[in-house]
Amino acid sequence: MNPTDVVDQDSLRPDIPDFAPGDSLKVHVRVVEGSRERIQVFQGAVIRRQGSGVRETFTVRKVSFGVGVERTFPVHSPVIARIEVVTRGDVRRAKLYYLRERSGKAAKIKELRQPSTGAPASSRSAAR
Amino acid sequence: MPSKAIVGEKVGMTQVWDGDNRAVAVTVIRVTPARVVQLRTPDRDGYAALQVTYGPPAKVNKPLAGHYAKADVEPGRKLVELRIDDTSSYSVGQELSVDTLAAGDKVDVTAVSKGKGFAGGMKRHNFRGQGASHGNHKHHRAPGGIGACATPARVFKGTRMAGQLGSERVTTLNLEVVSSDAERSLLLVKGAVPGPRGGMVLVRDAVKGGVK
Repeated sequence: MNPTDVVDQDSLRPDIPDFAPGDSLKVHVRVVEGSRERIQVFQGAVIRRQGSGVRETFTVRKVSFGVGVERTFPVHSPVIARIEVVTRGDVRRAKLYYLRERSGKAAKIKELRQPSTGAPASSRSAAR
Repeated sequence: MPSKAIVGEKVGMTQVWDGDNRAVAVTVIRVTPARVVQLRTPDRDGYAALQVTYGPPAKVNKPLAGHYAKADVEPGRKLVELRIDDTSSYSVGQELSVDTLAAGDKVDVTAVSKGKGFAGGMKRHNFRGQGASHGNHKHHRAPGGIGACATPARVFKGTRMAGQLGSERVTTLNLEVVSSDAERSLLLVKGAVPGPRGGMVLVRDAVKGGVK
């Protein structure tokens, strides 16, 4: 418990899904152009999650036209309209920096196999 | 001179989102209502100030208890004076709360800074120190020269040297109030504020910063 938690409660977002490094996300980002606002989707793999509380951030990596693009978002940022988890990844590391040196098939993240009982996806983090 | 002032306790730092969805670093100050014990007036005291106390009821010695009883105010943690322009709009026994200040106001925050003890020139005055190699021997953090030789044959007063760092009264000017939460009696000020967490801070409206 930090003494400033009372203030932080207002900044935390309850609508953020459970996701971890290795997962593939669609991050719906609010983009303000002049006076109007639109939604832009940034899709890629989560390669890191760091920090805690309001200061927690995550980095999404994608390869766009052959160029690797990484974008870091604060988890609780109001800039994020919505986060969609596309796939769950099966990885052994918390920080997937090794993906930067790899391309093509070598940069593929193995998908996590769900138990056949059809347990909800959110139970995964508890099983780990 | 400021027109309003309050006293609070530094809770710590965190961040909040502003209207443009950007993160703003803020210091959280808890402002428990301060009770006015005495008004200092230029006629009698030579200056204008509010003598206030704050915090939960405290045990005080007899002379001080008499002073509080005269104002009919419950004794608090400390007696502090808040210098302001004009005390005529205030009265003894009045409570000063966080809603004295509103979001967007510019304020000055005064507190006793964290004590660093007896510190060398590098830490205290940002001196560069000396080289790590080239034959330097045990003089890596030494200040270097402190003046000329036979003329003036002394060291000038005020020459920056090692000494006590911190634990002095410091005022940070022109900080912006991000929000003033009367319900939880919290004041959020943009940027850093001197002193340790739990330390007493005095907040007044900004005295500098040009035309308002």
